[in-house]
Amino acid sequence: MTIDNVIATNRFGLGARPGELDQVAGDPKGWLAQQIQGVRPSPPEIGTLPNSAAVFRVYEDSRQQQQRAKREAAAADPEEAKKKFMAVRKAVAPIYLDQVAARYEIAVKSTESFRERLVHFWTNHFAVSADKPQVAALAATLENEAIRPHLAGSFTDLLLAVEAHPAMILYLDNQASIGTDSKVAKRFEHRANAEGRKLGINENLAREILELHTLGVNGGYTQADVTSFARVLTGWSIGSDRGPMAAGDTGKFFFRDNAHEPGAQTVLGKRYAEDGEGQARAVLRDLAKHPATATHIATKLVRHFIGDDPPPDAVTRIAKVFRDSSGQLTQVHQAVIDLAPAWRPEFVKYKTPHEFVVSTLRSVDLVPPKPQQVFASFQLLGQRPFTPGSPAGWPDTAAQWDGPDALLKRIEWATQFGDRIGAKVKPLEVAAAALGQSLSKRTRTAISRAASAAQGVTLLLASPEFMRR
Amino acid sequence: MSFPSIRSRASRRDVLQMLALGVAASALPRFAVADADTDARFVLVILRGALDGLAAVPAYGDSGYAAQRGQLAITSLDHRLDGMFALNPACNNLYARYRAKELVVVHAVASPYRERSHFDGQDLLENGTTNPLGKSDGWLNRVLPALPYHTRQSEKVAVALSQNVPLVLRGNERVGSWAPSQLPAADSDTLDRLADLYSGDPILANRLQSALSANDMAGGGSMGGGTRDPLGQLDAIASAAGRLLAPANGSRIAVIELTGWDTHANQGSNEGQLFNRLQALDRGLETLRTSLGPAWSRTAIMVVTEFGRTVAVNGTRGTDHGTATCSFLFGGAVAGGRVIADWPGLSKSSLYQGRDLQPTTDLRSVFKGVLTAHLHAKETELNQRVFPDSGAAKAIDGLIKA
Repeated sequence: MTIDNVIATNRFGLGARPGELDQVAGDPKGWLAQQIQGVRPSPPEIGTLPNSAAVFRVYEDSRQQQQRAKREAAAADPEEAKKKFMAVRKAVAPIYLDQVAARYEIAVKSTESFRERLVHFWTNHFAVSADKPQVAALAATLENEAIRPHLAGSFTDLLLAVEAHPAMILYLDNQASIGTDSKVAKRFEHRANAEGRKLGINENLAREILELHTLGVNGGYTQADVTSFARVLTGWSIGSDRGPMAAGDTGKFFFRDNAHEPGAQTVLGKRYAEDGEGQARAVLRDLAKHPATATHIATKLVRHFIGDDPPPDAVTRIAKVFRDSSGQLTQVHQAVIDLAPAWRPEFVKYKTPHEFVVSTLRSVDLVPPKPQQVFASFQLLGQRPFTPGSPAGWPDTAAQWDGPDALLKRIEWATQFGDRIGAKVKPLEVAAAALGQSLSKRTRTAISRAASAAQGVTLLLASPEFMRR
Repeated sequence: MSFPSIRSRASRRDVLQMLALGVAASALPRFAVADADTDARFVLVILRGALDGLAAVPAYGDSGYAAQRGQLAITSLDHRLDGMFALNPACNNLYARYRAKELVVVHAVASPYRERSHFDGQDLLENGTTNPLGKSDGWLNRVLPALPYHTRQSEKVAVALSQNVPLVLRGNERVGSWAPSQLPAADSDTLDRLADLYSGDPILANRLQSALSANDMAGGGSMGGGTRDPLGQLDAIASAAGRLLAPANGSRIAVIELTGWDTHANQGSNEGQLFNRLQALDRGLETLRTSLGPAWSRTAIMVVTEFGRTVAVNGTRGTDHGTATCSFLFGGAVAGGRVIADWPGLSKSSLYQGRDLQPTTDLRSVFKGVLTAHLHAKETELNQRVFPDSGAAKAIDGLIKA
């Protein structure tokens, strides 16, 4: 009896659902392989949620209302302004909560949880953070609109979709990045000077694309590359029907030709002729195929599936497949399945709170009925959905997650979860269905000796083999 | 954006729940005349994990007690009940109730369960049958339609003081529930078990140890389990139970469950782990008494556990799963000041399977005695529906003041 079914469902998947170990046991690798091919219809759970353009409108409408109200309030004291600001946040808060609930309902119910894990992996690779108010309810739309449709396509298409998504543009401020020689800069130069402002580029998106999304921090680019790439990216913006910049479809990607820095630019030693919107696409296409990008992506995938210190030969292998396939993600993901060390019986990856909660819910097939309940669990365990807090995304190493207090919080959460679910389940059966042959004798004994079913569930969830994958 | 924080959410829910209960209680029709039949309060306290009856109520007068119990024998005997039994030295308040003739101690008592699984034992204790899978609802729920106030909304009549309604109160009749809604601290028993579970895992073991010592420095550490002990919440729970039960139109039945009685290691005797737990229980029950106010005189409280523990000490200075144990029945309505025990003795030959206190009283007989005399349920109803096929376990008479 192997534990490949346990590994397939827990290390590659998001945790075994009841009965899943048996379904997978016949052909664990085949079960994984079929999940990474082809496109899937958008999950019904997100079908009813507003898309990014609609979210953008909700936010902008609220912001404008509040600004108007603020202007109309003659005595605009700071406290009042703060309240107005909070009101804008509140406008999108319910959307955010619904998005979180949908995301985790999908995660709990999915019968293709390796695919779902990869969705989460790529969302975290292209991280935006919902703690920036404009992005609060856009972060989830990036996952649903840019990541999901491209999971079995090429990295190039994925990259192009993500960088053009309103969430990414707003998160990394590219809508405010103006070419210094652009028409807009010329037109508003006088006014800007009068206000003591200087219109110009914002390097944020360019830098993070190079550092985080493609080449990696040691990928061989210079500050000059960042600056020129930022000029290339000027004009990549979002449509709006208001103000002096009104143009394009509100809330959708819109190339503002008049904000774009005219002329050719050199990035990583290659000259890119002026081509409007296409200039940045050309750079992105080359970045996607850059060998440093292959190594950067390979390192992250290997870290995610093998261990915190990625074995160099495994990284080399994945990077080669990435290069040879021109970043075809199905082939890259298949190469990860084919890595022998990914099937080591030892569970060495310490689950993030996200993984811990999802695998817990999957083990008993429970979708919390209220969005707030889902949110509260992650909040409490320190991984509020879609809020990594930086474009680097959530860390993927144990050191960031296995602190003493975090462990205690996890145990407390598991205690509460055990109290809630204990009366409805048989802990040993849950343990067997979740961990199969990987359930240690020690843990089995502890669960069987538990003073109550609730405590049995708690001990399972807090056990070394359930805390890791 | 304005993310709701769990703390503010929890406290808001607390407030809302308390308000809801308050409103619900005041919205009930006031009883025109105080009616003895419908005025009785009953609280069931379930101690999960198997309370050691020979530690809670040592049979110091039994010549086998000291010998069999060895280092776990209770020798501090200030709370003598009679020439045979004493209360654990931790139970000052219960002893005061005994002296006020408001406490009956039942000993060598057990449910019909004769195996040693906590889960099954608790299921059977609560489903009221002789089989862990005998019924999926609880006897205290099934008895509700047979009570004189069945015309009231049942969720106002019966309430569980926990997040979940325990099996004993689950069933067709709707019941209420209330629990402090902040994330509970992990109890010390669970933490002990996890420390053991992590003994082969240095990383987790170290993390847990660090977390706990930091926690101790932050103000925990008293009473064995310190602030992380579930019994630390008992005061809040007992106060809440009192507030729910005390009003003239308040609830009539409440269930409280407390975990952490599974003392396999380092149980202690005149002091130590179990002493600390019993002390917290004793204080919590006193809080319940005082918060009931005048309703105390019409209240009966039963403290039960799924089974007892081995008579002899095990290899880790604790006791393992056993059979018969003790039970407490107390309250202003109880005809107390006595011990009910058909004492089987503690000599080796008189033990159940050579290791446990022999059961001589069926716990269902005590339940029935309370349900008939205190809550005015009919015994035929109890024998058929509430405790199926339990005719042989006759109700004990005289538990409640006439």
